[in-house]
Amino acid sequence: MDFVSIFNLTLGELIGVFTAAYALCALGLAMHFGYTGLLNFGQAGFAALGAYGYAIASLSFHWNLWGSFAFGVACAAAFALLLGIPTLRLRADYLAIVTIAAAQALYYAFGDSEWESITGGANGLSQFGTDFYKANPIPEGRYNLGIITLSQDEIWIRLVSWGLVALVAIILVVLTRSPWGRTLKGIREDEDAVRSLGKNVFAYKMQSLVLGGVIGALGGIVFTLASQTNQPTTWVSNFTFMTWTVLLLGGAATILGPVLGSAVFFMFLMLTQGLFEGLVNIGWLPFLTLAQVGQIRYLLVGIFLVLLVVFRPQGFLGNKKEMQFNG
Amino acid sequence: MANAQVDAIAKGAAEPGCAKVDPILVATNVTRQFGGNKAVDVAHLEIPRGKITALIGPNGAGKTTLFNLLTGFDKPNTGSWTFQGKDLAGVAPYKVARMGMVRTFQLTKALSLLTVLDNMRLGAQDNPGEKFFASFVRPLWAKKEAEITERANALLARFKLDAKSEDYAAALSGGQRKLLEMARALMSDPKLVMLDEPMAGVNPALTQSLLEHIKGLKANGTTVLFVEHDMHMVRHISDWVVVMAEGKIVAEGPPAEVMKNPAVIDAYLGAHADTDLGDVEISSSKDGK
Repeated sequence: MDFVSIFNLTLGELIGVFTAAYALCALGLAMHFGYTGLLNFGQAGFAALGAYGYAIASLSFHWNLWGSFAFGVACAAAFALLLGIPTLRLRADYLAIVTIAAAQALYYAFGDSEWESITGGANGLSQFGTDFYKANPIPEGRYNLGIITLSQDEIWIRLVSWGLVALVAIILVVLTRSPWGRTLKGIREDEDAVRSLGKNVFAYKMQSLVLGGVIGALGGIVFTLASQTNQPTTWVSNFTFMTWTVLLLGGAATILGPVLGSAVFFMFLMLTQGLFEGLVNIGWLPFLTLAQVGQIRYLLVGIFLVLLVVFRPQGFLGNKKEMQFNG
Repeated sequence: MANAQVDAIAKGAAEPGCAKVDPILVATNVTRQFGGNKAVDVAHLEIPRGKITALIGPNGAGKTTLFNLLTGFDKPNTGSWTFQGKDLAGVAPYKVARMGMVRTFQLTKALSLLTVLDNMRLGAQDNPGEKFFASFVRPLWAKKEAEITERANALLARFKLDAKSEDYAAALSGGQRKLLEMARALMSDPKLVMLDEPMAGVNPALTQSLLEHIKGLKANGTTVLFVEHDMHMVRHISDWVVVMAEGKIVAEGPPAEVMKNPAVIDAYLGAHADTDLGDVEISSSKDGK
């Protein structure tokens, strides 16, 4: 077994694009759930709208980089308004039901052949990142970063995606420490009490839903820009649940929690992948085939999450008193 | 004596729905139906400005429902009401609060996982930092926030909660949460405070200080309307008592008068009409009125 290679690949996940993309989506959920108490089970829908919005704007509308980014974000914002207007006046459960259903509807719509000329149908879209990689200032070549070697494009997408993570994290820190964030936390605790104090609870919840959804859309955009492929099957509800896993690992009402949660999650997947494959290859796990290794990792993630909920419900970084999954 | 008390508040005799000399809240024909049950059926009600008015009645009389209707938390089937001359029917609860009519809840709604001080700050109005875009720019709201914090600390000191200001509200006792909720309602300098059972579950040692706080409100020119079951408290601090039974207002008047009213004894005590009013009689002799 090549431990050095396993170790290097695992560390590589620390700066991986998927790690950043999930961190963004989970930061959006932290806004929704951790700070406002909104149960959004459709983060995959927001991410999908970001990704498809970007790809469609650049392929079909021939918009430039900025226009495409803006369109992806605008689609997610519109989706948040559409879902929020009928449900945010109701109890929290209704938003959960509506978001999971709407995200699933989007998944089917994007994969349907009806709009194939725009969405690419079941095959999805590809090669929509030309402008994005043209903007790359890093000279062509292979760069040895110590543990991994990356091309100029691989470095560029990592810079942009982790730059976005940093930007979003800073914005959320500023917001949640402001009186605006305090009002949201009050709504998380008891919206009627906040209403009785003269705050327009509906408007606050809507602002939170739009902001968190837009952050999710950024996650979706960088997720697909990495390989310049956007397939409808990426945006199944699994995506949402993995985002929730990342959020709960790190701590729901924290900013660094989702980032740390995402890093731990992907490093764990890569580490167990390498270890199990190695063990299967040297014949120590005769009951497993190489193809089963991928699945058994998620089984372990599940067990890990159950243990976490039992023994550390606030996540890695959460404050036990402030957040115990109670929204 | 009693008549002078009536004349100071009401126009004419103290009877259900009577007009007040200076009403702050006027409600007409407010009804709320739950299925076949008319929970609230108030023909006319005026709340006198600058006084402490108690709203009493047996369980299920519709007191809390009337509170919910007047503050916009529930929608009536019919009715209109005005607060300081402004029509309030159909106005959203948060706008009602902004107009200066702030309520508390029967089941205390302390925001458990916010600190006591943050609970208080949330009660303040017109903080520019509570707007999404302005919240990014600290200089836009830092001054107002400092003012609010100062006010909050002063109120907390008045309510003897200052030692707890950095604790989560969840760490307070039931009685302290009642105090916090009342203090928080005062952060916005309301014209009318509506307290839903401020004494429920409060330990007797705290009762006295709560009573003083409510009297203090009146001294500061705030109108108080409260729901309460504790007759001793009603007798002790209210200037005017409104009695509800089965959704209707059955009696009004100064506390001493109302307690003697056969309709009240009937509605309030029902089968126990024969029992001594105990507290009421004792406290009235103590007060020497």
